[in-house]
Amino acid sequence: MATIGKTYRREISAAAALAALLVIVAIIAPSFFAPGNLRDLIVNNLPTLLIAIGMTLVILVGQIDISVGSQFAVCSVAAGVLAKTGLPMPLVFVAVMLIGGLMGALNGTLIGWMKLPSIIVTLAMLVMWRDALRWITEGAWVQGLPENFQWFGLGQSTGEIVIFMISLLLFAVFAWSLRNLIVGRTVYAVGSDAEAARLAGINSPNVVFWVFIIMGGLVGVSALLNAIRFSAIPGNSGVGLELKAIAAVVVGGAAITGGRGTLIGTLIGVALLGTIGTALTFLGINPFWEKAIQGAIILAALASDVALGRLEKNGRSDLAATTSPA
Amino acid sequence: MTLLKADHITKSYAGVHALRDASFELRAGEVHALVGENGAGKSTLIKALTGAVIPDSGEILLDGTRITENSPGISKSLGIAAIYQQPALFPELTVAENIAIGQERDGSVFGMVNWARRKQRAKELLDRIGARISPEQIAAELSMPQQQLVEIARALGANARVLVLDEPTASLSEDDTRNLFRVIRELRASGVGMIYISHRLEELPAIADRVTVLRDGQTIDTHEMADVSSKQLIQLMVGRELSGVFPKREVPRGEVVFELRGFGSREAGIRGIDLTIRAGEIVGIAGLVGAGRTELAKTIFGLVPPDTGVMLLRGKQITIGHPSEAIDLHISYLPEDRRRHGVVLDLPISSNITLASLKHLSGFKGMNFRKEKEIAAEYTRRLGVKTPAIYNAVSTLSGGNQQKVALSRWLVTQPAVLILDEPTQGVDVGSKAEIHELMMELAEQGVAILMISSELPELLGMCDRIAVMNGGTIAKVFDRTDATQDLILSAALGH
Ligand SMILES: Nc1ncnc2c1ncn2[C@@H]1O[C@H](COP(=O)(O)OP(=O)(O)OP(=O)(O)O)[C@@H](O)[C@H]1O
Ligand SMILES: [Mg+2]
Repeated sequence: MATIGKTYRREISAAAALAALLVIVAIIAPSFFAPGNLRDLIVNNLPTLLIAIGMTLVILVGQIDISVGSQFAVCSVAAGVLAKTGLPMPLVFVAVMLIGGLMGALNGTLIGWMKLPSIIVTLAMLVMWRDALRWITEGAWVQGLPENFQWFGLGQSTGEIVIFMISLLLFAVFAWSLRNLIVGRTVYAVGSDAEAARLAGINSPNVVFWVFIIMGGLVGVSALLNAIRFSAIPGNSGVGLELKAIAAVVVGGAAITGGRGTLIGTLIGVALLGTIGTALTFLGINPFWEKAIQGAIILAALASDVALGRLEKNGRSDLAATTSPA
Repeated sequence: MTLLKADHITKSYAGVHALRDASFELRAGEVHALVGENGAGKSTLIKALTGAVIPDSGEILLDGTRITENSPGISKSLGIAAIYQQPALFPELTVAENIAIGQERDGSVFGMVNWARRKQRAKELLDRIGARISPEQIAAELSMPQQQLVEIARALGANARVLVLDEPTASLSEDDTRNLFRVIRELRASGVGMIYISHRLEELPAIADRVTVLRDGQTIDTHEMADVSSKQLIQLMVGRELSGVFPKREVPRGEVVFELRGFGSREAGIRGIDLTIRAGEIVGIAGLVGAGRTELAKTIFGLVPPDTGVMLLRGKQITIGHPSEAIDLHISYLPEDRRRHGVVLDLPISSNITLASLKHLSGFKGMNFRKEKEIAAEYTRRLGVKTPAIYNAVSTLSGGNQQKVALSRWLVTQPAVLILDEPTQGVDVGSKAEIHELMMELAEQGVAILMISSELPELLGMCDRIAVMNGGTIAKVFDRTDATQDLILSAALGH
């Protein structure tokens, strides 16, 4: 038990914050928990969760990707344009994922193989993709989408369930793989110490390369699942998405320097930051405070981390003093 | 039978020849020692063998077949395992995972981790070398010798045919070294070829079959270990003779400079420590891994808060909440883990040396860079730091030369109390003698010195008194005249 508490210390503190928030909302504004509201809240945050899954991998491997918002916009528009050509929706899905994966592969090549710093590379991509898109679409929305586009032509309630199931499945697959597959553990190893990983015979550049491809693929899935919720697609979606995703990952307890973090933590982080906005409305607080409060939560997460670290360290040495007779 | 062969290897870094036409041959079932001064090219040679460094020219042959496109992954798959001089553990991961990673060569993307087996395997390997470390501990929490032991366990786990050990005993105590030697002998009996690098020349006759000497990147000579004395070895390494005697001189003892009374810290796991050091005195601390030696030093220096007892400097009670306060009181501490705490790898050698004395080097007119250069030049010369320029980054130095830089930083602070944690780890014999001489000079100037060392001969040779720690407290204090290796060992073991 002690080790579980220790290993998941950061996740636990984020979960405690989420629980506290929900309790406050439950007391002051129980109508928050109306099924319709909860459903909206969850569906609204699933695209962010998918991006955050990829971002967790990227941060675990010791990198960062701030180009995801722009990739998201490209994938969204691509989804609409492809659907309008009459391509069947499953193929649109695959194609958008590939487009995302290709953009990720470009990042991965520059960062993994050519060893360029990820913050600079993805900053360049952030600007490049967004401006390229603006130039091509001239700011216009993609309209006149085919019948089977919105909600996959299944209607809102079934469509929402499909979105939910796909997201859940991806989350489960990644959470399980990261913990139980050897390749999942090499992601941690590379992020923990790339040189040590190299000496242990791990092909670090390749691991980084693939993590960025996965990131891009998830951006594609996220963009499509987001786009099908509406009847038209704006040319400028996904602005600020990278910050949302990074914040969720960090609040969920991942170390920004790599090597430490879990997807459960990221899920809690997305839930916490995603709930705040809606909760504020229900608590009668001006929603303009949302960003400020999110910022405060990020700082609080880091601070509690440090404080808990102290406590736990004291406990441990206590143990050390009594169990090391020699 | 030749197992592994390095044939005319050359490697240079920006004009510095790390290896020049070096050749080396390892037989199956032998322990082959590799010796040479700091910067002679030992680590570079073994890195070339494992593919961690790609030589400019020359080839590596395993069983007579040339290894092409060498890399750590490839050499590993061919059965070559290595412990590098700089610990290469993953700080965020557990001990069990550190031992397992890179070894579960399943190959497929969908290979699964067996957590129970990992833990079991880690436990077996750690038990084999007698290391009491929990497989579930996070590597970042391990002390330097513990990291070393985990590295050894990991290398054993590879079940390699060639095992390379680059200074495995640099921070290990006598007891751990003995366990390691037992395992090395077992492996030798089963036909494993081992390359063993060490600056502790006195341990070589007990473990090595042959020895190869490297000097300035060249392999000078290979001998049967039984045919050479350590004196001859030194002669071959350094190119001149060394006395081999510790430069210990009688220094009149002055007033009590530093004193601990009932000193302890729950966080550090130390308790009830009574200790005095007089001006001009060198007090040694012996003990096994985990006895609390480094923890004591850290607590004195303000890295861990004490919670019981008092600390006195020249009879006045002091409290130290932060290392900067210790430095202001002229208490200096050379940490054990040079890579993490001892040097700033990316900074130049000169800045590293003056880092703890910037206050004395800067004034109204900013930094006095001329003075910095003078100081750096003097210490690099005296300690024999092998480098083309003092403005090179410390990361370009060999391990032992990094250690000399870490030590220089604290020697220039003009301390009243100097705490040295493994000051000569990884340092070659010649420079070791120079460091001991410097310590003696400081003692003669009235500095109170506390030296932690896992090398008993060094403690016996240099210290006026030796305190032996066990279970977080001082078990026994020996005077120079009655201390012997056996007495210290049995006190350390708690007999
Ligand atoms: N990355 C690097 N950049 C520049 N020079 C280097 C680099 N690595 C090693 N060298 C140089 O190569 C030479 C040999 O270094 P090496 O580490 O092989 O020495 P060593 O024999 O292992 O010494 P030690 O006993 O101190 O560990 C040294 O002069 C060192 O400064
Ligand atoms: Mg070396």
